[in-house]
Amino acid sequence: MRMLQYIQAINEALHEEMARDASVFVIGEDVDQNGGVFKATQGLVERFGARRVRGTPIAESAFTGLAAGAAMAGLRPVVEFMYFDFVGVAMDPLVNQMAKIAGMSGGQLQVPVTVRAQTGARTREAAQHSQSLEAWFLHTPGFKVVMPATSYDAKGLLKSAIRDDCPVLYIENRQLYYETESVPDGEWTTPLGVAEVAREGRDITVVAIGYARKLALSAAQALEGTVSVEVIDPRSLAPLDLETILNSVSKTGHLVVVHDAPASCGFGAEIVRRVVAQGFDLLDAEPLVVGSAHVPMPFSPPLEDACLPSAASLTAVIRKIINR
Amino acid sequence: MEPDLVIQMYRSMLTIRLFEEKVKQLYQAGEIAGAIHLSIGQEAVAVGVCSALRLDDAVFSTHRGHGHLIAKGGHLPEMVAELMGRQTGCSRGCGGSMHMFESRVGFMGGNGIVGGGLTLALGAAFAAQYRGRDGIAVAFFGDGAAQQGTFHEALNLAALWKLPYLAVCENNQYAATTPFVAAVPTADIAPRAAGYGIPGIVVDGNDCLAVYRAATAAVERARAGDGPTLLECKTYRVEPHCGIIADKRPKEELERWGRPDRDPLEHLRRGGGLSDAVISAAWHDVEAQLETAVTFARGSPYPDPAAFLREHANI
Repeated sequence: MRMLQYIQAINEALHEEMARDASVFVIGEDVDQNGGVFKATQGLVERFGARRVRGTPIAESAFTGLAAGAAMAGLRPVVEFMYFDFVGVAMDPLVNQMAKIAGMSGGQLQVPVTVRAQTGARTREAAQHSQSLEAWFLHTPGFKVVMPATSYDAKGLLKSAIRDDCPVLYIENRQLYYETESVPDGEWTTPLGVAEVAREGRDITVVAIGYARKLALSAAQALEGTVSVEVIDPRSLAPLDLETILNSVSKTGHLVVVHDAPASCGFGAEIVRRVVAQGFDLLDAEPLVVGSAHVPMPFSPPLEDACLPSAASLTAVIRKIINR
Repeated sequence: MEPDLVIQMYRSMLTIRLFEEKVKQLYQAGEIAGAIHLSIGQEAVAVGVCSALRLDDAVFSTHRGHGHLIAKGGHLPEMVAELMGRQTGCSRGCGGSMHMFESRVGFMGGNGIVGGGLTLALGAAFAAQYRGRDGIAVAFFGDGAAQQGTFHEALNLAALWKLPYLAVCENNQYAATTPFVAAVPTADIAPRAAGYGIPGIVVDGNDCLAVYRAATAAVERARAGDGPTLLECKTYRVEPHCGIIADKRPKEELERWGRPDRDPLEHLRRGGGLSDAVISAAWHDVEAQLETAVTFARGSPYPDPAAFLREHANI
């Protein structure tokens, strides 16, 4: 075992997959300049050369479309979006092209692109650098979507994403970049579509997406002795391991979903929909979603904090549901 | 010019013309549903460019793409079957008119988004360069797409990385129903190439041999590693934008473009010195091929919805 930062885990996965498969290449803004803005691509250009590590002009639409076309031609591109928000200028190649080609071609072509998109909030970067836009892509047939919250999964899910034959949106969180945890030596993969029970409990199921896993574990800690909280990290949102969530709810009878994205029309609402559809009788109380306020994220620190979920706000919701 | 190549070009253009006329009939008879964009009048662009390509070169097409696929070597029975939504269609009934794919002949798909193919084609060009092969990628697009941001982004990146890329603007004078002059402040698109430091060439898009010569030079340049070319082919969309949209165009414009010497097929017949016997044999063969294709499509089953959902609905 060894200690590994989340950002180092991403970097390690890229190194390993590029060494394993010559068809894997990395493309995006600054990926060849000192390892990129957040150092995710550190050492790649020195090791694999400029042919396979392609720094681009600021042209998200072009390099995303290029990646889709290169994948149609048999390569395995890994696209970096410096900030998730920037997908706004590349929605056509993402949504109308990449996600549709396998279906439109009757399965004739596969588009094995991994799109790395860096999200996160609480860093005072305001409305155009703080969004969790996963619901846009979860609503688009043709994408798989993963959101690692640990170093272990940051590496394991990225390797699985690169090896998958579908477009995979890999959403990484900059607030977690410098978190360190103990991981095994060597290589591993985290399969797509398998949730993790991050903490076992008896009274309530908290499904925590991305960064919210940390909030949920803090809330569970704070409630220890009062409420026994089970925390489930789906890790993969599409495909979703609903079975693990239903098994947990069958034990606890209570459900709350927490994520940084707005609660309205978010993936939490979708998880609640599916649990209600398949496990209504398992619930002893109304299932709830905790998300951010439905506002363009404000800059001022007290305003931003007030708009986002926190361990304290989640704790209060859990107390309300359990009535303790 | 090789006589066999001229005959082949004529037959290919004739196949497009008669295919489109057949599609129009089948559409009006209700045998084909959806949105159909015909390329009658633009045959010389598709055939002139694709005649300069190899089978393994990649073509990315548009919403008006039947002609591109035929010119690249597409199979008529599977094309008609696709338009009729059958299991045997080239996209297994999942694509329709705007999303035909036939990757075995290097046809990487039509595209329902104007300007969408410009960036996808970058990827196929990139893949050829990445693997050290001399294949190239062609993006067909209209004068309408030249006003999209992807036009600029794609040409800039293709020029920057010297990708083996050919951007073919089919300037058919209309973006849906908006005339060229209402959308573009200059007479031509091609001079924009200077802004990317690449050749920009205007060619008579109804002269198949002229298109072929210009495309051949651009293809050679791309294969040699010297980068992309922007080729603007001046042509005219004879049919309305789409089967269902009414079309009001000036009578004198229609007459000007409708003169026999402006017709791509007639132009090649005269310029290529093709004999009546050759022309008549071509008509006979192509009509027979189309009959076979329509019979094949009519006799093909529709796809099975349950099997489709099993394969594609994976949530």
